[in-house]
Amino acid sequence: MPDCTTRCCCLRQLGRVDYASALELQHQLAADRKQGLVPDHLLLLEHPHVITLGRNGHLENVLAGDDILARAGIAFHATDRGGDVTYHGPGQLVGYPILDLRDWKRDVGAYVRAVEETIIATLTDYGIAAGRIPKLTGVWVGGRKIAAIGVHLSRWVTSHGFALNVSTDLSYFHYIVPCGLAMPVTSMAALGVRASLDEVGAKLAVHFARIFDCEMLEN
Amino acid sequence: MTDVVMPQMGESIVEGTLTKWLKKPGERIERDEPLFEISTDKVDTEIPSPAAGTLAEILVEEGKTVGINTVVARIDEAGGAAVAAQPAAAAAPAEPPPAPAAAATPAPAAAPPTEPVAVPVVGQAVPPAATAVPAVPPEPADKEPAGPLSPLVRKMARELNLDLTQVKGTGAGGRITKQDVEAYAGAQSQSAAPPSPPAAAPLPPAGQARTRIEPMSAMRIKIAEHMVMSQRTSAHVTTIHRVDMTKVARLRERHKAQFQTAYGFNLTYLPFITRAAVAGLRQYPLLNASLDGQNIVYHNEIHIGIAVALENGLIVPVIRGADEKNVLGLQRSIVDLAARARSRQLKPEEVAGGTFSITNFGSFGSLTGTPVINQPQVAIMGVGTVDKTPVVIDDAIAIRSICHLSLSFDHRLIDGALADQFMTKVKQVLESWSEEVV
Repeated sequence: MPDCTTRCCCLRQLGRVDYASALELQHQLAADRKQGLVPDHLLLLEHPHVITLGRNGHLENVLAGDDILARAGIAFHATDRGGDVTYHGPGQLVGYPILDLRDWKRDVGAYVRAVEETIIATLTDYGIAAGRIPKLTGVWVGGRKIAAIGVHLSRWVTSHGFALNVSTDLSYFHYIVPCGLAMPVTSMAALGVRASLDEVGAKLAVHFARIFDCEMLEN
Repeated sequence: MTDVVMPQMGESIVEGTLTKWLKKPGERIERDEPLFEISTDKVDTEIPSPAAGTLAEILVEEGKTVGINTVVARIDEAGGAAVAAQPAAAAAPAEPPPAPAAAATPAPAAAPPTEPVAVPVVGQAVPPAATAVPAVPPEPADKEPAGPLSPLVRKMARELNLDLTQVKGTGAGGRITKQDVEAYAGAQSQSAAPPSPPAAAPLPPAGQARTRIEPMSAMRIKIAEHMVMSQRTSAHVTTIHRVDMTKVARLRERHKAQFQTAYGFNLTYLPFITRAAVAGLRQYPLLNASLDGQNIVYHNEIHIGIAVALENGLIVPVIRGADEKNVLGLQRSIVDLAARARSRQLKPEEVAGGTFSITNFGSFGSLTGTPVINQPQVAIMGVGTVDKTPVVIDDAIAIRSICHLSLSFDHRLIDGALADQFMTKVKQVLESWSEEVV
C-alpha cells in the first residue's frame, strides 16, 4: 500500500475501454479493496457505444429494438448498479470510484451528493452553472441532465459511478427514452464548451481529491 | 431468532427499497454472506446477513420500500431442523402444544378460526388443571358439518356468520346447498328479530388481501415525472372552441373509399385538424415557440407531436416539417408513426424535437379535455369527438358535425387573447375548408 498523509486514491485514466472489460476491472478492484489489498481508486475512461440497464431498470425503457441497436452499433449490457437505463459512448467522461466508504462517512446519501458536487465544481471551472434537482439524482443544467449517477455498494465499497456528457452525441439518448416523456439531456459541447475528455478528467480529479479529502496518486 | 433490519445507509437516508432476496426461507446462511439487496437514491447495495443460521421468514417482499430499522426477515440461529418455510400462521395441529399454550383458554366461540396460534396470556396464572379440563375439540372443527361443503356455501356462511352445523342439507347425500343457506339465513333473521351478533358490515374474508401492490413500470414513472414537471413548470390555462366540421366531414366521406383503395389507410379528421393547426402556428408563431430561462425560442420549423396511446402508457412521435405536408401526407405520417409507436419501432429522432402537440382523446369518446403541455413546448391542442349536433344557424336549427377543440397553453408566454386568436384561425380554416385533399 502506498504511503499518503491523508487517504490515498489511485487515479487511472484508461482511455477508451469496452464495457465488459471495465466491469471486470471494477469487480477485481472492488474485491481487492474489500480485503484491503489496494487503496481507493478513481477510474476515468470512455466507453464505445453501449446501453446499460441497472439492476432495477426496465427493459421497456429501451425504445429501440435489438435490430435497431445492432444496426447502430450499440452494445447492450445488464449490470448491477443502481438506476435505470443509460447510454455511454464516445465523448462521455465515465468515472468509476472504487472507494471504501467506511473510511469516508459511511453514508451513501453523502457519497452521491459528493459525486454530484465533484461534477458541479468541474463544470463551474468551465463557466457552466450546473446544479441538483431534489430527488432526481444526477447533475442538471437548466432542467437538462448533463451527468448521470448509478452506484453499486457491497460492504461499503463502491463501484460504478458517474457519466458526464462532455461532447457526447446526444441523439443516442433517444434510443433509450421516449423523448416526449423524459427529461432532456445536454452536454458541455451543447452548452458551447469545447474541451477534451483528458482535460475535463484532470480537472475533475482535482475536485474529487478535495471533496473526498484524499491524495490523488497518478499511476 | 435474530431480526434482520433495513440498515441505515447514511444520515439523510430514512428508507430503502428491498430489491432482491438472495436467499429463500429455509435456506442456510452464513454470517456476512449477502442476504438481500436494497436500493436507495441510485445506489444499489448488497446487505450481508447479521448472523449465521437458517432464514426463518421473510417479512418484506421484493419491491417494497420500508423505513430504516424495519424488520425485514428473521434468522433462526439454531439452524433449526423443522423451521423450514412454514408461515407462522400454519400451526401444525398434530403436535400437542407445549405447556404454556395448553393452559390457554380455547378461542372464544365467536372468533373466526383465523388465528390458530393460541393466546397464552390469560390462563397462565391459573393451575393448568382448572383450565385445561375439557377434551373439547377445537372450536373451528365444531362449526363444520360432516359432509363436503362447496366454496360458495363456506363463503356465504362466513359472510352471514352462520353456524353450518345448524343448517339442514337438502342436496345430494345431505349436502348443504346455496338454497339451504339462504333459507336458513332467512328464517334466522325473522326469528331472531333483535340481531344478536352485529349484522353489520361483514368482515373481509380472512387471509385475503384487500389491496394488491405492484411497482410502477419505468415508463409509467417517466410519464408521472414528466406530467408533474410540466404542471410545475407551466402556468396551464385551457380554452375551448366549438368547431363546425360539417364541410370537412363531407370531404372526408367523399374521399374515404378512395383513400382506402389508393393508399391502404383510412382518412380521419386528424390530418385536417393538424393542417389547420399548422396554419394557425404560421400566423401566430409564439404558439410554436418554447421558453429557455428568460428567452423565447422561436422555432422556424413546425414539428407536430401526435400523442399515441400505448398499452400501458403513451408516447408522442413527431411529424417533422408538418407545414410541408398536405392532408394526404399528414395522414400517412400519422398512420405510420402510430403503428410504429405501438410496435416500438420508432427511431429516436422521431420522438424528439416537437414544437407543438396534438392529442386526440375524441377517438376514445371524450367531448373535450384539458391536456398537459408536452415540455418544453408552450401549447397542446386536444381534439374532442366529432358528433352530429343540432345547432342554431341564422335562427334555424340545423344538424351539423360538431367538434370541440381545446388548447392548453402556457400563460407565462401566451395570453388568452392570443390563444383565442390562434384557435379562431384554426376554426376558420376547418369551417371553410378550401384546399384539395390529395
